[in-house]
Amino acid sequence: MNPSYSVIFFTTASGTGYGLLALLGVFATAGWLPADPWLGIVGIGAALALVTAGLLSSTFHLGHPERAWRGLTQWRSSWLSREGVVAVATYVPAGLFGIGWVFLGDTGGFWAACGLAATALAALTVGCTAMIYASLKPIPRWSNIWVLPVYLLMALAGGGVAATLLFAAFGSGPHWTGWLAAGALVAAWAAKFGYWGSIDGAAPRSTAESATGLGGIGKVRLFEPPHTGTNYLLQEMGFRVARKHAQKLRRLALLSGGAVPAALCAITAISEPGWPGTLAAVLAATSFGVGIVVERWLFFAEAEHVVMLYYGAEAA
Amino acid sequence: MPEGGSIWSPQEAVELSPSVSDEVKTTTCYMCACRCGIKVHLKDGAVRYIEGNKDHPVNRGVLCAKGSAGIMQHNSPARLSKPLKRVGERGSGEFVEIEWDEALATAAEWLGDIRKTDPRKLAFFTGRDQSQGLTGFWATQFGTPNYAAHGGFCSVNMAAAGLYTIGGSFWEFGEPDWENTRYLLMFGVAEDHDSNPIKTGLGKLKTLGQAKFVSVNPVRTGYSAIADEWLGIQPGSDGLFVMALIHELLKAERVDLDYLVRYTNAPWLVRNEPGSPRHGLFVRDRNGDPMAYDSKSGRLVNALLPDIAPALQGSFDLHESAPGEGGEPALAIPAFQLMAERYLDDTYAPDAVAATTGIPADTIRRIAAELAHAAFEQQIEIDQPWTDWAGRHHDKMIGRPVAMHAMRGISAHANGFHTCRVIHLLQMLLGSIDCPGGFRYKPPFPRPAPPGPKPAGKAHEVAPNTPMKGPPLGFVTGPEDLIVEDNGAPRRIDKAFSWEHPIAAHGMMHTVIANAHAGDPYPIDLLFMFMANMSWNSSMNTAGTIGMLTDKDPATGEYRIPKIIYSDAFWSEMVPYADLILPDTTYLERWDCISMLDRPISTADGPGDSIRQPVVAPDRDVRPFQDVVIDLGARLGLPAFTKEDGSPRFPGGYADYIVNHERGPGVGPLAGWRGEDGETHGKGAPNPRQLERYVENGCFWHEKLAPEQRYYKHANRDYLAYAHKMGWIGSPDPIVMQLYSEPMQKFRLAAEGHGPKRAPAAHRERVRTYFDPLPIWYPPFAEDDAVRTEYPLHALTQRPMAMYHSWGSQNAWLRQIHGQNRLYVNRATAEKQGLADDDWVWVESPHSRIKVQIKTMEGCNADTVWTWNAIGKRRGAWNLDPEAPEAARGFLLNHLIADLLPPKDGHRYANADPITGQAAWFDLRVRLVKAAPEEAGTSAPQFRVQPEPPTGIKRPALLRYGERFLPRGSWRRGRGEKGK
Amino acid sequence: MTSLPANPSDTKLGLVIDLDICVGCHACAVHCKEWNDGGHSAPLTDHDPYGSDPWGVWFNRVHTFEAGEGADSRTVHFPRSCLHCDEPACVTVCPTGASYKRAEDGIVLVNADACIGCKLCSWACPYGAREYDDVDGVMKKCTMCVDRIYNDNLAEADRVPVCVSTCPANARHFGDLGDPSSEVSQLVAARGGYELMPEMGYAPVNRYLPPRPRKVSAGDTGAAAALTPVDHSGDVGVPEIGTGSRLLDWVDRMLSR
Repeated sequence: MNPSYSVIFFTTASGTGYGLLALLGVFATAGWLPADPWLGIVGIGAALALVTAGLLSSTFHLGHPERAWRGLTQWRSSWLSREGVVAVATYVPAGLFGIGWVFLGDTGGFWAACGLAATALAALTVGCTAMIYASLKPIPRWSNIWVLPVYLLMALAGGGVAATLLFAAFGSGPHWTGWLAAGALVAAWAAKFGYWGSIDGAAPRSTAESATGLGGIGKVRLFEPPHTGTNYLLQEMGFRVARKHAQKLRRLALLSGGAVPAALCAITAISEPGWPGTLAAVLAATSFGVGIVVERWLFFAEAEHVVMLYYGAEAA
Repeated sequence: MPEGGSIWSPQEAVELSPSVSDEVKTTTCYMCACRCGIKVHLKDGAVRYIEGNKDHPVNRGVLCAKGSAGIMQHNSPARLSKPLKRVGERGSGEFVEIEWDEALATAAEWLGDIRKTDPRKLAFFTGRDQSQGLTGFWATQFGTPNYAAHGGFCSVNMAAAGLYTIGGSFWEFGEPDWENTRYLLMFGVAEDHDSNPIKTGLGKLKTLGQAKFVSVNPVRTGYSAIADEWLGIQPGSDGLFVMALIHELLKAERVDLDYLVRYTNAPWLVRNEPGSPRHGLFVRDRNGDPMAYDSKSGRLVNALLPDIAPALQGSFDLHESAPGEGGEPALAIPAFQLMAERYLDDTYAPDAVAATTGIPADTIRRIAAELAHAAFEQQIEIDQPWTDWAGRHHDKMIGRPVAMHAMRGISAHANGFHTCRVIHLLQMLLGSIDCPGGFRYKPPFPRPAPPGPKPAGKAHEVAPNTPMKGPPLGFVTGPEDLIVEDNGAPRRIDKAFSWEHPIAAHGMMHTVIANAHAGDPYPIDLLFMFMANMSWNSSMNTAGTIGMLTDKDPATGEYRIPKIIYSDAFWSEMVPYADLILPDTTYLERWDCISMLDRPISTADGPGDSIRQPVVAPDRDVRPFQDVVIDLGARLGLPAFTKEDGSPRFPGGYADYIVNHERGPGVGPLAGWRGEDGETHGKGAPNPRQLERYVENGCFWHEKLAPEQRYYKHANRDYLAYAHKMGWIGSPDPIVMQLYSEPMQKFRLAAEGHGPKRAPAAHRERVRTYFDPLPIWYPPFAEDDAVRTEYPLHALTQRPMAMYHSWGSQNAWLRQIHGQNRLYVNRATAEKQGLADDDWVWVESPHSRIKVQIKTMEGCNADTVWTWNAIGKRRGAWNLDPEAPEAARGFLLNHLIADLLPPKDGHRYANADPITGQAAWFDLRVRLVKAAPEEAGTSAPQFRVQPEPPTGIKRPALLRYGERFLPRGSWRRGRGEKGK
Repeated sequence: MTSLPANPSDTKLGLVIDLDICVGCHACAVHCKEWNDGGHSAPLTDHDPYGSDPWGVWFNRVHTFEAGEGADSRTVHFPRSCLHCDEPACVTVCPTGASYKRAEDGIVLVNADACIGCKLCSWACPYGAREYDDVDGVMKKCTMCVDRIYNDNLAEADRVPVCVSTCPANARHFGDLGDPSSEVSQLVAARGGYELMPEMGYAPVNRYLPPRPRKVSAGDTGAAAALTPVDHSGDVGVPEIGTGSRLLDWVDRMLSR
């Protein structure tokens, strides 16, 4: 599939934003959050900013952004619609949570409940995003059981890294957050390994023979495409990334999005409050940012659409 | 579109019954040579939709890809918009637009000067012209023999072989009996003439499921792909394959002797007097009728008599002495025996031909058995009484349900005439011509084999300011009919009807430019052409031809071809090479007539002709070429185009001519609704309302034959009487098929030094060799052993079904389907050469080399490479972007094909069939050489970019033609302009 | 509304495409382009129409495949368009309700006024039936000529999809595949018509008729493997007439003209 940068940015940015929001909600409930309004402003602000930027960018690839509201109407059948609804709904508890924290300096009781609700909706939103892809049978590498856990854990990991940076910068909050982030990163990339193993080993679901029904005659090869030029399908779904290239990128993603930030978050966790820990957290966030974008780019680039079986692909 | 429902479920109010059009006009398609009837839907003055006309005999409502893209042709940015006068050097594409008055005055002046001195200095050649009835007549009136259309490089081998053998032909002049046949053998047919009828017929045949369809073709695409059996034959060896089939049938004595005796010249006695000037000619009685030996009476009798019992073999003494043979008995042998003895020879045994044809001997034997089985075991009978030419009544119509069709794959080889003849011979032996289930003639065929008239153009027939007595094209029956000087030199600029190509019935357009450039046989002043892309896909040796068009005589500084007038509707590759351009209309803007005098739309069940009517008015200052020709005829004072007072005879242009011109008494361009009352068909006085009657009837006339007239037309009394009444044949006598061709033998005798008109020494050996009265096979000329080893592959083209010659390349829809052609190579052959898909290779022929991109395939003869015809374009031509794939990566095979054969005793013959002059496109041999990596990406050769057309019409970057039909106020309107 | 119709009718309008007859002429594709360029989804935008990279929106495209190798291989022309599935995920994934399946006849359509152009439906279609028009910013697709098949302005006989009416080889058939007694259903039953990519579970309505087996062996037409030459070695005496070739004695019978 042709990697659409607006969608990559959307899933990564909002994923991280929701991750951070979810963690803050849980921490509030557990009473681990200092009632520092500035921390609240920056924390909730950063989370919602990431989420909002992502959601906005996702409308850029629409043919009719002005009709985007219609996307909220078909939650009965459409994961995309559900994602939209839940994403919007998330703002309500998240907003209240923020008000309590920032203006009333209170993150307990009712406000904590709002935080917890925000946590739940954030997770639900990321889950819906994952299900948009996981429900597409024509793209075997997306309709895969690992897609949902990977999206959820990557969001959690991103949130963890963000929280680590947040607390380090303010020198407050649970200093073991770095350990949490590192753990989340390990879990997320473990899931990602599960995904890669699954798609690399997967037997093709469809073939040129099943696509044409001509397998009875023999091996099916495309002789002439319908048009000598390009078309929408080839532009949107004809994207291919060389296996060698993909392997390199996988290593880069793992290193930059997993190993490096995990190590740095651990450093933050063990270092005394102060600039070294903060610097480590900044580097961790930056590195994760790069890594997660590469991971998401690969998620598209490595996905093959069965329609290409009509354009010369042998199996998908 | 109004929206119903709620935002939760937006219900689209689908407009189920939109008005399709304000007006529907019928006319005839011109997106290829098929001539389908179409219905053009007009909305808000624009063409909304073109569909097939269900009532039309040719296409019965269907329409192919080309026809469906007519809107894009009609709106092409390559259309010319005003007459053009060349201002730059030829080829520069520098023109100024001029008024029609100036253009016509110039043309009339140039033509007038020629006519009053030597009319032969005009070479008038029209390309894919469907008005040859008019253009040929115009040439006759002008007085030049130098006229032809593009038949000479199209498929004259099929036409000539058919007309000289069975008095009809494949092409679009006959058709298989799709419903009744049990076996269809198709040779060398890709998309071709009669394209929709063949598709429809094959669909019908396969749906009925009672017949086997065999396709003989080096390439398995299109029709061949759906054949029950595909024979990937070696190109040019079809004749040998058919001779082997005949060998098998004769050996097993499985031929229809009754059919041969009744309908062919098999029993006619052929003089066996070696050395005598009559050797090989038919024995004739005092009236000149052929004779046969009647086994009943034991005497020689008129072979045309009914109820005789003619012998098919034996050697008979004519009881008369032949001069110069000392009273030796003169012997004669039935034509059948000569034929049988030839093909029974083991030279034609399946095992002997297997290697050359590439078809296993067992397969040949099986096909022969299947043919015999279909013809004799699956004989069909139609309960339809009929009366034969002799008045004998038959209760049933007996059918030998084996049908055949052949086209360019046979035609485009230098042995095509004989190959086509032997296919007809096979049909005769099976008794399957115009019988139920067989090949069927379409009226006005059959005609006598060969039909009249003979070509005009001899010395005494051409004079200044004088029309010729007859048409420039016709059918010669012997040396005395050739258009040659007393010394035997050609008199026509294209050397048609000369000793080099005696039976060039369609002329030889492909030699005109080379001959005119060389002044051989003589220089000309003016080359006048219509609808022929001679500087590109319609020429062999394309680069050389371009050179000839621009070459100047250093002595005078004048172009060697001094003046060129060209008429085309589009900014084609040819336009820049002309001095004066007369812009034509598109096919939706004109009157036209597809005439019985030319190539009508008849079906086997009845005659038909048709017209085009203007369905939209031109939005440019262009005129139909036919109007222009008639206008020029009047300006030149050609008798048939002016009244006694010198005023134009057809002030109403072509429409006027179509209605009022009479070729003979009561015979005009259109056969339908003649006579003052408009109720007679065929012959009748001109009917002023004739065109209205055609329009009322969907722009065609088609008359169904009575059931008793539909088969055995060559010998069917009722049909022959009808054909005679309609004026298609001179007499109601039966048409006798010519298994043995006497005209061929006459040329051979002349080559052996007999008769008053003798072949010049230089041509004798060639004429003697190839003018065999019985079909022979010889390898294509370009193929001596050296060539075969150095250039191991055959190379040929096929016409893509969705693109017709160069016309389609400007078509925004069709060019998306065929924007770049590849060279297709058999997969195993490619692997042996280390070649893979998308590789760039040099294709080298003895003549030249081109660089192309390949694609491998299974369904291709291992020794053959091929490509789609005429996709490659010159950069900038047709108002396409110079980087268009057609130009940057597409290619023309033409560059590899020499227009002349290698020198033989200093003389170079045209690369053509020695009998008909048919261009031998498919005799090409090549080799493949992988291109260097840095050479990949662009095809070669490349030529200077043709500048943008002087019309100033810009090609749009975005096309949303249908937007105009959206409801006013639709948000989708005008989005194209808003940009993206 | 992109949930599938709660109670669809039994009517399932669809196409049956005969791969044994299709000669790959592209008539259906171009004729479809021509009609629909001015039809329900007008226009079908073409980019760079006379340029170096021409491409556009088409609802129907004809591919050519080769199956098998060497002598046993076959060339098969393969028209591809929307299959109007019974389980069209292209409909259910649509977030706006623009993509829908008609309850009355099963035709899958896009409401261009409600489509936001998210392209998700094209990702959800295994058959490449959906084509995005980036100028209109909406998804377009085969409409089964819904603006023809019920069109009161057309003669009864013309109320079929144009790809069917124009097919020169009659390789395309239109009808109700929900009615087992319909001509198309009968055709599918008789010829073993099949679904494309059944493993996807989309339950396509359109069916493809497989190429028939070839007739390339002795006996396939009822004929023998070869003709039997007639042996004349036993013949005695000379022909009654003439002195013709012995081989041709067999033609010496009374034949009447």
